[in-house]
Amino acid sequence: MKKLISAALASAMVLSLAACGSTDTGSNASTGTDSTATAEASNTGSTTPIKLGGIGPTTGSAASYGIAVMQGEELAVNEINEAAGYTVFEFSFEDDEHDAEKAMNAYNTLKDWGMQVLLGTVTSTPSLSVAGETVNDNMFMLTPSASAVDVVETGDNVFQMCFTDPNQGVVSADYIAENALGTKIGVIYDSSDAYSSGIYTAFKAEIEAKGLEIVAAESFTSDNKSDLSTQVTKCQNAGADLVFLPIYYNEASQILIAADKVGYKPTFFGCDGMDGILSIEGFDTSLAEGLMLLCPFSATATDETTQKFVASYEAAYGETPIQFAADAYDCVYAIYQCVQNGSINGDMSVSEMCEALKADFTTMTFNGTTGEGQTWEANGMVSKPPRVYVVTNGEYATAE
Amino acid sequence: MFRLKNLRKSTKSNLITFGIVIGFYLVIQLLSALGMLSSSLSGQLVPICAYVILAISLNLTVGILGELSLGHAGFMSVGAFSGTIVWTTLYGQVPNWLGLLLAFVVGGAVAGLFGFIVGVPVLRLSGDYLAIVTLAFGEIVKNVMNACYLGYDSKGIHFSFKDAASMGMEADGTTIINGAIGITGIKKGSTFILGIILVILTLVVILNLINSRAGRAIKSIRDNEIAARSVGINITKYKLMAFITSAVFAGIAGVLYSLNYSSLVAKKFDYNTSILILVFVVLGGIGNIRGSVIAAALLTVLPEMLRSLNDYRMLIYAIVLILVMIFSQSPQVVAWRKRMVEMFRGRFSKRPQAKEVQ
Amino acid sequence: MQFLSYLINGISLGSVYALIALGYTMVYGIAKMLNFAHGDVIMIGSYVVFFAFGSFGLNPVLSIVLSMVVCTILGVAIERVAYRPLREAPSLAVLITAIGMSYLLQQVAQLMWTSNAKSFPSVVANSSIFKPVSLFDGQLTISAETIVTILACVVIMVLLLYFINCTSAGHAMQAVSEDRGAAQLMGVNVNATISLTFAIGSALAAVAGALLCSSYPSLQPTTGAMPGIKAFVAAVFGGIGSIPGAFLGGILLGVIENLSKAYISTQLSDAIVFLVLIVVLLVKPTGLLGKKVNVKV
Repeated sequence: MKKLISAALASAMVLSLAACGSTDTGSNASTGTDSTATAEASNTGSTTPIKLGGIGPTTGSAASYGIAVMQGEELAVNEINEAAGYTVFEFSFEDDEHDAEKAMNAYNTLKDWGMQVLLGTVTSTPSLSVAGETVNDNMFMLTPSASAVDVVETGDNVFQMCFTDPNQGVVSADYIAENALGTKIGVIYDSSDAYSSGIYTAFKAEIEAKGLEIVAAESFTSDNKSDLSTQVTKCQNAGADLVFLPIYYNEASQILIAADKVGYKPTFFGCDGMDGILSIEGFDTSLAEGLMLLCPFSATATDETTQKFVASYEAAYGETPIQFAADAYDCVYAIYQCVQNGSINGDMSVSEMCEALKADFTTMTFNGTTGEGQTWEANGMVSKPPRVYVVTNGEYATAE
Repeated sequence: MFRLKNLRKSTKSNLITFGIVIGFYLVIQLLSALGMLSSSLSGQLVPICAYVILAISLNLTVGILGELSLGHAGFMSVGAFSGTIVWTTLYGQVPNWLGLLLAFVVGGAVAGLFGFIVGVPVLRLSGDYLAIVTLAFGEIVKNVMNACYLGYDSKGIHFSFKDAASMGMEADGTTIINGAIGITGIKKGSTFILGIILVILTLVVILNLINSRAGRAIKSIRDNEIAARSVGINITKYKLMAFITSAVFAGIAGVLYSLNYSSLVAKKFDYNTSILILVFVVLGGIGNIRGSVIAAALLTVLPEMLRSLNDYRMLIYAIVLILVMIFSQSPQVVAWRKRMVEMFRGRFSKRPQAKEVQ
Repeated sequence: MQFLSYLINGISLGSVYALIALGYTMVYGIAKMLNFAHGDVIMIGSYVVFFAFGSFGLNPVLSIVLSMVVCTILGVAIERVAYRPLREAPSLAVLITAIGMSYLLQQVAQLMWTSNAKSFPSVVANSSIFKPVSLFDGQLTISAETIVTILACVVIMVLLLYFINCTSAGHAMQAVSEDRGAAQLMGVNVNATISLTFAIGSALAAVAGALLCSSYPSLQPTTGAMPGIKAFVAAVFGGIGSIPGAFLGGILLGVIENLSKAYISTQLSDAIVFLVLIVVLLVKPTGLLGKKVNVKV
């Protein structure tokens, strides 16, 4: 019997290998898009679709961020294809479960599919591994939200749509110091997360240089984040009048609730991960009143680009887009700007396209939902005006 | 005569196992030569080798020694970190083959040392309590490595458990481990051929151990500890021997795994990874080394093959896991399956079946 | 004063662990299996309360009762479908099946309710009976959730002890726990008894879920996983299979976790908790209140 099973297993393995070996190209259905519609070669130029790949967590604990990015990219691709009248982009998104190994597998799967430009990955840790591989392949990588500085430092083909972590930390510290928002600073950050500890490190150095004092620097990890009351109590006992929260909105909402329970009311200041806190289902937004956040995107902004994006996102997915979705949406449009410039087309090889995009990105100016006049430096970091919002009456208002 | 026959049987079985590994290598080489090897599969080759080594080594603890360990990823983690530190600091200063060799030796040795530290007190416990303590060990390693900052500058090595700034390094310092960001910028050192060589090495060592005098002593402890002690077997010695060997190879697999990627984070080696390896062992058959090899390879590839199912992928994986467990382990289902097989055999051949002798 | 507030935070967290650990220890004590899916049953229960109480505005007590019914059915169904066929199989096989079940529940929750975190409304927030207690001129606040969780924990523990020691079904459970074969020979319906154990354990999970999420209000498909493991550690800490042990272990674990966060390191608090566990097990291999079992030859 045992022999029979092992023989069956062995033959299954051989079969699976064969199956893997033969799925070289194109058998992957693109994720929920209708971008495989027939390309109408009406223009004189090449209308071969450009294959955009996306990677991010759509299952597991970080899934809400990955899904936002996937939807933002998908929406932009659909809009562009519709407006152009032919398939400009084909789009496929693969899940990485917020894990470096799975992200590499996703990347390889997308390569088999024929990906020419990578719009990912969403989170920093998987990005670091994937970025190393894109350098080897000379594949252009534009990450919507992986903000660790090590990601862009991996190679000159890696670009970011979001601010780097140190940048966010420094800008936040400067803003707090210049506007005298607080004198005794408390910090609560996620020490098990690359994004959060990256911001904290830069913030700490800058705020001390500005002569402000960090009276409590508390952290939590992904394992003990269910109870954040002790961290809040420690900030309270240290007398912090401003608490800096370089964390994602889910945990931030817990901190606001815990602070409310013990009657602690400092100024809370967050970064771009904070965006989304007002749309948490069941969250009492009055607790977020007065919360400040440094974020390039606001769903209530009045400019035309943002309003159009928010309206079509809400129509397509029934929820208000968060900063992740906006950055992802901008990524696709930034690539599209290069298509319109005529510098890339679908017939180019991965490497040719990478060189063309590198040249374009370092020279062009891009206007999107996350800011006007965005430019990129040769090292891949984005430069765009930071915006600080304060939550007033359950909505973002531009801070003075 | 009986002994000779017995020996031959185990040798034959081992040869088949080696054959499968080498056959796998040849098939991949053939596919690669024909240009039929997809990026997706070629990217998984090194992780497959790493998981195979992990499954074999865990099977030594779970199947042969008969103790449940839920902290195998912890040994993988300490091995991966120590080996990677050696590799990155020596990179470019010594020939690559020497750097690799040292990385694997150090990774294995450090993991073995931890195996000893954990093993001495812990192996006095048994059953579920041992499982909990090994789980706790894995979690401790993960949390400590996650909070660990390590770097060096002209003044020497700096170290902190708080944050990067607390290391107090000079401006020219190099950070090696950066807390949650881990080790970044690792130069790729692992290759498929290296992985296969390590798999074969693991098989040689562990199969020899199992079929040696020591291996029989270990198995006797599994089957009845009190009886084994009564015939003068040194329980602690043999338990430790199996446990440390298992840890050493977990460490080696950790190095192989981490040198395949450009970054290494402690979060990867969590409880879920330990469970994953345990699943390989149980599905492959507890105590069945060849089963571990096949199950580890298949179950690593399976979720990737299910990618086209998108969000339903892990759902299907979970259902497959439960069904396979019930199908292969439930006494009633096994009995039913046997009856079915007998029925088919009875239909096609009238020869009486030889009774299986245990 | 600061120490007291950290201690209260610890007891608050510990009472939640204790409540979950009671469910773990029941199932382990009687069915002799590690039900790793327990944390995920808690998560499902929390979602039921979230929708019943948070979205449809049902009475909080009714919501919890509804959630208990759903969890009981779920728990018994899981036992029937996935665990019973493996009753005679090696314990490892059941362990893996339980883990598979845990993945399955998480995936189902994600597909049904998305992975977006939901902010859980406290079931005792507007209660007229339970109010936050403020001591020392408001320097120290004990939240209503903490009070309710500790009360619930004690009441449930007493009820369980009474049930196990003073009812015939409870005696049957003890018999099954002691020796399954002998119990069967004495006319105890083993399958029914184990089903009953799962029913009670899962109903407890529903209560634990509602109180866990009331105190720590972020609900995601992965919410149950880590508290589940911690509570399991708490159960082992106190001596798995022992009901007062689960209570004691839970409270101690919560206190140790919070005090090490407060005075040693927030990053290493988990490492410290697990280290204490290892030390305790080395000194007392069956946990704080566990019974020593002599192995006979």
